[in-house]
Amino acid sequence: MGWPLAVSAALFEQKTAALLRALVALAVGHFLAMTAILLPFSMMTALVEWEQHLRIGAGLLVIALGFYLLINRRHPRFLARVKPTRLALWSFLAAMAHGAGLMLVPIYLGLCAIDELDAGHQAAGALMASNMGTAVLVAVAHTAAMTLAGGALAAGMYFWLGLKFLSKTWFNLDVVWALSLVLVGLFGIWSAV
Amino acid sequence: MNLRPDPTFHPTAQLAMQAPVENYAFTVMLSPDGEQSDGIAVVDVNPKSDSYGQIVHKVIVPHKGDEFHHFGWNACSSSLSPLTGHAFLERRYLIVPGIRSSRIYIIDVKDPLKAKIHKTIEPEEVFAKTGYSRPHTIHCGPEGIYVSTLGGGGEDGTDGPPGIFIMDCETFEIIGRYEMDRGEQDKHYDFWWNLPQDYMVSSEWGLPPQFEGGIVAEDLLSNKYGHKIHFWDLRARKNIQTIDLGENHQMALEIRPAHDPAKAYGFCGVVVDTTNLQGSIFTWWRDDDGKWQARKTITIDPRPEDADNLPELLKGFGAVPPLVTDIDLSLDDKYLYVACWGLGEMHQYDVSDPMNPVLAGKVEVGGIARGAAHPNGKPFAYGPQMVEISRDGKRVYWTNSLYSTWDDQFYPDDEGGQMVMANNDENGFHLDKDFYVDFPEGLRSHQIRLEGGDCSTDSFCYPNV
Repeated sequence: MGWPLAVSAALFEQKTAALLRALVALAVGHFLAMTAILLPFSMMTALVEWEQHLRIGAGLLVIALGFYLLINRRHPRFLARVKPTRLALWSFLAAMAHGAGLMLVPIYLGLCAIDELDAGHQAAGALMASNMGTAVLVAVAHTAAMTLAGGALAAGMYFWLGLKFLSKTWFNLDVVWALSLVLVGLFGIWSAV
Repeated sequence: MNLRPDPTFHPTAQLAMQAPVENYAFTVMLSPDGEQSDGIAVVDVNPKSDSYGQIVHKVIVPHKGDEFHHFGWNACSSSLSPLTGHAFLERRYLIVPGIRSSRIYIIDVKDPLKAKIHKTIEPEEVFAKTGYSRPHTIHCGPEGIYVSTLGGGGEDGTDGPPGIFIMDCETFEIIGRYEMDRGEQDKHYDFWWNLPQDYMVSSEWGLPPQFEGGIVAEDLLSNKYGHKIHFWDLRARKNIQTIDLGENHQMALEIRPAHDPAKAYGFCGVVVDTTNLQGSIFTWWRDDDGKWQARKTITIDPRPEDADNLPELLKGFGAVPPLVTDIDLSLDDKYLYVACWGLGEMHQYDVSDPMNPVLAGKVEVGGIARGAAHPNGKPFAYGPQMVEISRDGKRVYWTNSLYSTWDDQFYPDDEGGQMVMANNDENGFHLDKDFYVDFPEGLRSHQIRLEGGDCSTDSFCYPNV
């Protein structure tokens, strides 16, 4: 998400360093958006007996967001008010608006695999800590994957392909994205029951 | 919504110059006395076509007295902004405001030969949602479609300052006012911006009582028309600096920023200097400290003329003022075209060095007390006015009417609407003998838009490489 911003930053400054700086800012914003969503859920997973309810609830939430994005195809207007220099903020808000953090919740909850633990004998605090660790790990893995993919595209555009390819490689993925949210939600529910 | 970006959206001005050339032009037709309805003429500009240089379709609106003037697209290359990423819009609708009625028509030109009205926004809605009136310049930008207005509220548009409002770029709903802090801005005309650098520049004509019934000579001689340009923090919607060009520089109209967004300069045309009747161009730029500056870089002298040959308004001066009423900058930021509506001349300046423009070419057609004919022998009423350059910079189109009541004051004996074209090629800048559009009886012409975008429409989000 946001890789054209990295291309633009590099072109404006005529420096490869600007491309890297922009990618880092975008990654930081994205990572914060992930953790902002995942951490509260990681604390809730301490409520072991509600574990299944939580996973179904999270699944439903993601499905609902997917349907909302399918029906409401408008872009959030508040993103248009972010200053072009505030890349991390932009990345954070864009990830929030698209539900990128929320999408990870069902996957994350599945990873916690609480049912395999002898939860009754675990101090809730310790469980929470380990779950928070997992949350951060999920966010890091996701952000790294996104940054690598986006970085490759940005670098390809900047070093070799040129801007002519910007409009050629830009596809409307709004529907695909919304459908994938629904899919992930369904998967979350399926794995919980 | 498309699956791919509209092929007429280009990341850079350079790429836009290489894109396929225009086949159609859309030109405003206006009835000066409201006897007929206004409309948009679709003109064939493909030299290989049998109907080259002819009006091949007309969209005539149902109301009368709208007075069309400027208009613009629902979407342009600004949709490729990496920040707002609205790349899947279509460049399909023309937003056409009536500056007298405040009514706005949305015209669907997907198939230019079957162009039709898609939606009409009634004046009451404009007044109620914005408190502004007399909508004018259209630009598509980060928050939707931005529309500048010439009037505030109330019957004569003087209840509160005019400003800019924003429309949704898909539903065409009016969202509301743009400004959060307008500073000392109290008049309005044109505006444009640099999207990545996040600034906007706006200019001033005058308030509705100063133009609707004709130019008010007393106001002009007492320097009461606009003479300031305003710099805005675009996304914060805040006026950050106002530059007074000097009160004798009456009517600071068109704002033309460099198309390459890596540059932080542009131009503004001033109609008349009341101390010497000169027309002028100011170059504005941002200095190393981040402050905006402006300096006069082009002056055009008036031409002495026998009072007997002059209209009532000018008899006392014994001269024809150039009247710089429109300017346009080619996409490579190389040539600035300056319409001298009074003299009857279109000037071409090389502005490769924006601080030291050089006159590179000149075409004479029409003009006060001169009335130079077109090279094909036909008359050209009034003088060269709204000018539009093809994306590749090789063809320069223009029309002849300034504004209904003003035409009648400066050219009391003229009538008619014409659109002509000049080539900019190895033979220099010269009128094309074969392109001459005569508008239907009783209708005049004003702004031109070219199919797929032109040099006063698209805002580019990536620097040239």
